[in-house]
Amino acid sequence: MIAILDYGSGNLRSAEQALVQTGYQVEVTSDYQRCLEASALVVPGVGAFEHCMAGLRRVRGDELIRQRLELERPTLGICVGLQVLFARSSESPETSGVGIFDGGVERLPAKVVPHMGWNIVDNNPKSELFTGIEGERFYFVHSYAALHSGAEGNFLPSWSEYGAKFIAALEFGSLSATQFHPEKSGAVGLKFLTNWTKKIAA
Amino acid sequence: MRVIACLDVKAGRVVKGKNFVDLKDAGDPVELASKYYQEGADEITFLDIAASSEERTTTLDLVRRTAESIFIPLTVGGGVSSLSDVDALLRAGADKISINTAAIKRPDLIDEIARDFGSQVLVISIDARREQKMASGYEVTTHGGTRSAQMDALSWLKEAIDRGVGEVLLNSMDRDGTKGGFDLEMIESLRGVTTVPLIASGGAGSLSDFSDAISSGADAVLAASVFHYGNISIPEVKDHLVDAGFTVRRNHGQ
Repeated sequence: MIAILDYGSGNLRSAEQALVQTGYQVEVTSDYQRCLEASALVVPGVGAFEHCMAGLRRVRGDELIRQRLELERPTLGICVGLQVLFARSSESPETSGVGIFDGGVERLPAKVVPHMGWNIVDNNPKSELFTGIEGERFYFVHSYAALHSGAEGNFLPSWSEYGAKFIAALEFGSLSATQFHPEKSGAVGLKFLTNWTKKIAA
Repeated sequence: MRVIACLDVKAGRVVKGKNFVDLKDAGDPVELASKYYQEGADEITFLDIAASSEERTTTLDLVRRTAESIFIPLTVGGGVSSLSDVDALLRAGADKISINTAAIKRPDLIDEIARDFGSQVLVISIDARREQKMASGYEVTTHGGTRSAQMDALSWLKEAIDRGVGEVLLNSMDRDGTKGGFDLEMIESLRGVTTVPLIASGGAGSLSDFSDAISSGADAVLAASVFHYGNISIPEVKDHLVDAGFTVRRNHGQ
């Protein structure tokens, strides 16, 4: 079962419908234990960083992400669900993130923000999430992004560019995240999600 | 550059008429949305042009069914006037909400939606037409372009951005349904003050209209009738945009 963490952020139905396409049973829940034990967990996120962190803390989502990483269980953060993995965001400097990765999330230095639309992802050749997907466009909608990787070793970033180079997707052990919305990225997005589900019980 | 297929919906069916009157039935919304998704549309927009309360239930059902079969962004607008309307549409599967008259009546609605759901879900739809009495030369209209809102389009656009909209849908009421081309001067005039993505709408009739709108500063182009009646297909628009030197997404729905 794939759990989608319901913490009052985001259009969960989009993610749910797209994940159903992978053939797995999908459950939208805010139950800690269900999310901890799920074969795979999706942490969506839209809106303000502060709002997301507050919602996440309410359901102990920060603890959940850390614990699943230790237990090597697959977790996928989407959009602000990627940003919260960092230590902080210039969107709300007083709010600390989950802090799996050092460094912060910054406002995109572009004339027209949010970055909204389909952009090419320069995928990390080591990342299995992009198997069979190369140089394709994914759907983005965001104003902030991780501009520096802030982690080394088995941290596998894939990059896009809008005003500056930013992390479009990352893989770190069992933890993955995307700045783009795979659930809104058409056939390529569904392929990406299917690749991600291959991390289940590998 | 995004190519957006717009479906004007009334009572659960797609309609489109010249200047919003003489509505003609152009088909089933879910079927059409899926067709556009398969053809490579970058987004789908539903505008529910006569959203009464009984029709709102129909719309929610429509959004639900559409969200099951298309995996690209879906924007829904028409009659959205409260936070609970926004919540219901997002829960049904909409990704973005477009607001128009309700924001003119009560601009604080923009701040409230942006605060509760984030700017990225909020599109301000501006039905503008030429009016020399306005400082910018363009005024805001309501009721499908039949009434003046007595507001300058440029200052309203600026205010909406300041209040927190994430995107602007600029619809030319002079051109809407005419297939005479987008109002390029209007796009150029309003682009300068628009710091969020700008979607050009109203008047698409030929392939060069799309590239002209983008050359004039639009980030995305939206059309309805030319797609519904098969005059122009989405792949044709994309091929044309590539020939004109713009980058588009070429991987199709399936």
